[in-house]
Amino acid sequence: MTALRVANLDVRHGLLRAVRDVSFTVASGEVLALVGANGAGKTTLLRAIAGAHLPASGSVFLGDVDVSRVPAHQRVGKGIALVPEGRRLFAQMTVEENLLIGRVSGRSGDWNVDKVLEAFPNLVKRFRAKAGTLSGGEQQATAIGRALMSNPDILLLDEVSLGLSPLVVDRVYESLRGSMTVGTTIVLVEQDLSRALAVASRVVCMLEGSVVLEGQVADTSREKITEAYFGLHRSHQPPGAAA
Amino acid sequence: MMNAIVQGVLLGGYYALIASGLSFMFSVMRIINLAHGSLAVFAAYLLFILADSYGISPFLGLLIVLPLMALLGWALQRFVLERAARAGLLVPILATFGLAIVVDNLLFEQFGADTRSLAPYIGDLSFNSWQITDDISVGQFAVLTFVAAVAVLTLLQVILSFTPLGRAIRATSEDADTVGLVGIDARKVNAIATAIALVTVGLAGAALGLRATFDPYAGEPQLLFAFEAAVIGGAGSVWGTLAGGIALALGQALGAEIAPQGFLIGGHVVFLVVLFARLFAPGSTFPAMLRRAVGRR
Repeated sequence: MTALRVANLDVRHGLLRAVRDVSFTVASGEVLALVGANGAGKTTLLRAIAGAHLPASGSVFLGDVDVSRVPAHQRVGKGIALVPEGRRLFAQMTVEENLLIGRVSGRSGDWNVDKVLEAFPNLVKRFRAKAGTLSGGEQQATAIGRALMSNPDILLLDEVSLGLSPLVVDRVYESLRGSMTVGTTIVLVEQDLSRALAVASRVVCMLEGSVVLEGQVADTSREKITEAYFGLHRSHQPPGAAA
Repeated sequence: MMNAIVQGVLLGGYYALIASGLSFMFSVMRIINLAHGSLAVFAAYLLFILADSYGISPFLGLLIVLPLMALLGWALQRFVLERAARAGLLVPILATFGLAIVVDNLLFEQFGADTRSLAPYIGDLSFNSWQITDDISVGQFAVLTFVAAVAVLTLLQVILSFTPLGRAIRATSEDADTVGLVGIDARKVNAIATAIALVTVGLAGAALGLRATFDPYAGEPQLLFAFEAAVIGGAGSVWGTLAGGIALALGQALGAEIAPQGFLIGGHVVFLVVLFARLFAPGSTFPAMLRRAVGRR
């Protein structure tokens, strides 16, 4: 079953076409890795799926429902949750309050404060601390926990490893496995290719706003992804073929 | 002297009541509502109409006026402040300045320059007092106002600290873009916050009309007192607002003890002293800004 379908999506920042004619589908329970160099349009694409940017053209379907024009705060209620780049916690509020804020959409499901603390045990002793005083790993755990509190069908993760030590990233991904096994569909943006390929079942590679490679991780070699990542496949075209 | 202090504290309750909505709006929406005093006077006129034309006691009238003020707050945010905010950070403040002028003059056109009071409609309560000692007696209505101020401030604090609505309000004030991603409608939250603020304005208007007199242009001094109390108390802190109101009133009482004309000056002096103490306190960035402004390092 298709959980998420993006069809011919165009997103602009003013004159810049950050996302160009992007189409892909994500099946229920699938983990999709979105890779690409800086500025490839990954974050903009995720934010457009979450509703933080409205597309210039094209559509986003949640299951069979077209949500392209639905504002972000209503998409949360329909089952999309984004863990934004840079975590964007409410720094003046405690970990507990940040988690409770995630509950406002009122979706029913398995996730609650206790389960988040179970998944991220490093938060237990910081439960009443202001989010602004947390370490990077704790902040990331809180941000993911806040998103999970809305019991999403689809979890969008933007650069969860950014600014964290490898050891902490290991722990974050270890905790994420919990939600992967309960069947949550995940789309993750990750700079670290090997980590992305280790957790994802499928990979979409973006370059300059467009999808340049899409495939099952098992069928795709690392070399091919690397080529697509840097746009090397273009220079591999035989002389004269390029316009 | 003791009497001046007691009366000052009670008057401080009134100042805290008018300051509560101003400081609430500033802390959660970063807007200084310059129409605050005029809207309080507007609420007082609504109560006056209800009492004068329909014989409804001002206390019962609040049951009608407070929901109206909430509605007005919602509309104010939706149709004025939200639009103004798109044009820049300071534009909403300018918009409230304009609104104050509009409200003042509409009231003048409708009601003329006559001075009104709600006191005649509450019977003995407006002048009855309790004898505490031989020298000190406190007005019953002044005590009621003080209690109302403490209740309003406590309620605001409880809403902000412990309710889902309060969490949504605080989160929205911190990061209005991100709340959308967690499922909060920032527009709705801001409209509700303004509605809450204007309910306190309605209460302040009632207190103003019941304890003293008002006319169409009475809003401006009320705004000034609210602003001074909020700044002295540290804008945005709920209990600070009560302390600020009391400090302002004590300053005024002390000023009046020194010279009959010293009432207002005493309040302004307290305001300025606290303001400058804040600006030049250790850790403040103001002195460095000042040095840069005059070109010295």
